[in-house]
Amino acid sequence: MDLNAFLTPGTEVFMIWTSVAKTLGLVFLAILPLVSLSVFAERKVSAFIQDRVGPNRVGAPTTLLGFDKDLRLAGLGQMIADPIKLVLKENFIPKSVNKFYYFIAPKLAMIPPILVLAVLPFGSTLFGVPMIIADVNIGVLWVFAVSSLGVYGIVLAGWASNSKYPFLGGIRSSSQMISYELALGLSVVPVFMICGTLSLREIVEWQVQNGWLIMPWWPKGFSLEHAFHDPASIFQSFAAGFSWQRLLIAVPMLISFFIFLVAMFAETNRAPFDLPEAEQELVGGYHTEYSAMGFALFFLGEYAAMIAGSGVIVTLFLGGWSLPMIPDGSHGWFWGLVNIGTFFAKICALLFVFIWVRWTVPRFRYDQLMRLGWIWFFEIALANIFLTALILVYIKS
Amino acid sequence: MALVVSRPKLSLAEKFYLPALFGGMLLTIKHFFLTMTGRRKVTMQYPDEKWDAHLPEWYRGAPTLVKDEWGRERCVSCQLCEFICPPRAITITPEEIPTDDPWAKVEKRPREFEIDMIRCIYCGLCEEVCPEQAIFLRKDYSITGYSRKDMVHNKQKLYELGGLKTGVVNKWNEKK
Repeated sequence: MDLNAFLTPGTEVFMIWTSVAKTLGLVFLAILPLVSLSVFAERKVSAFIQDRVGPNRVGAPTTLLGFDKDLRLAGLGQMIADPIKLVLKENFIPKSVNKFYYFIAPKLAMIPPILVLAVLPFGSTLFGVPMIIADVNIGVLWVFAVSSLGVYGIVLAGWASNSKYPFLGGIRSSSQMISYELALGLSVVPVFMICGTLSLREIVEWQVQNGWLIMPWWPKGFSLEHAFHDPASIFQSFAAGFSWQRLLIAVPMLISFFIFLVAMFAETNRAPFDLPEAEQELVGGYHTEYSAMGFALFFLGEYAAMIAGSGVIVTLFLGGWSLPMIPDGSHGWFWGLVNIGTFFAKICALLFVFIWVRWTVPRFRYDQLMRLGWIWFFEIALANIFLTALILVYIKS
Repeated sequence: MALVVSRPKLSLAEKFYLPALFGGMLLTIKHFFLTMTGRRKVTMQYPDEKWDAHLPEWYRGAPTLVKDEWGRERCVSCQLCEFICPPRAITITPEEIPTDDPWAKVEKRPREFEIDMIRCIYCGLCEEVCPEQAIFLRKDYSITGYSRKDMVHNKQKLYELGGLKTGVVNKWNEKK
């Protein structure tokens, strides 16, 4: 094979190997460590919130190398110890389960969140390669279509386990889905109205030019080139492009952001909407009958869904990989890496919010969630679309 | 009479739920930062930090046997502790003191004295009932072992833990 074709952007071979590299890199270098890290963070943050210490023992086993003491590293070794434990555990299968669906359910719960990541732009460009696995022009539709498939894993697990608690968990999961999906879908319509596109890459590019959607404070010309090459011109261009009318965009966007965030909590089965799991009522909910890797896959799925959900929120509302005054990857590979780092830093910040909310807000009741979804968020999201339309007309005129 | 449960009347802010939500989140983040920076310390890191320095004088730890100031065992094998022990943790095998022994007048001594630390409930009744003040609850609290047998303290172990205790009743001293 010709090596030149391998390294020339635009050729088919180049497309294939970069896509494979991006996929593998994203899953194995970003998602799996992030899942592990967020499980650790969950335990640590919950401990701090409840005035406890949290895991702080497992570190580097330096005594094996002949040192006197183990390094504790504030318990970071837990990130590796937990997966090892789950892999080595016996995979116990109850006698009464429906084997086929019992096996397939954890995989169904884990795959959708990872598929969602395919359309998220997790960076600008690196060596001229766009940091997005599949740049499809209906990215948001893909996100919604795939992420709602995650509920099948839970429902199937609940049904195949042939046990009452998982069954109740599965039923709750499906009832939960029909109450938040509408609000989830409707709350992002204003984003498309403002950006005028369904492609996630173009939405991020719009935000690079016009400011993050929830805080459109810097107008055209404020970011990127001007700031990088001529720092003094920042304030001039800021003052020149600034207008109070543009700030009106923030109003519907904050409403959208809030509804989308809450719906995303429900979508990822996180507290206060972790009804399918509900440890205190349903033992473990849908994964009661699972052990070892089956359970680990559900766990992975839940946290991967959190990461994917945070990624979607970051992309739609928080400017994706962009930071004000930080140039994109076309200025060199260093800035490309900075952009990728920015994206994941934003995701981590949102993951912290997810964890923070979980250890603050008590679980909603089943009927309260439906009430919230159908009576409040659905109506507010619908009204928000009209509000956005009015504001857009006002700005354009 | 029927009990009337009054329903609290919620204000508008309370009905709206959000102020309470953000209030709660503010509270938890405050706890988060205080605990993370170590300004609020609640937990004692047990094996590294121990209670020992803070134990009160009257702490009831493991029951032990003590010797008096002449190194003689105080226990006269009266078996009162064995009979009062609520979980029946104590087993005493008495033995007669031979007549040529300098302490022959004491007549009885324990040949074997066993306390099953799995059964012991640290109630301190043995210490209270002992007429010779031979058994004391000391401050050892982490009694561990690899087997049930390890957890039975025999006479030697009990004296080891108990050590010397002076300045209490010495009933068997010479009359003054």
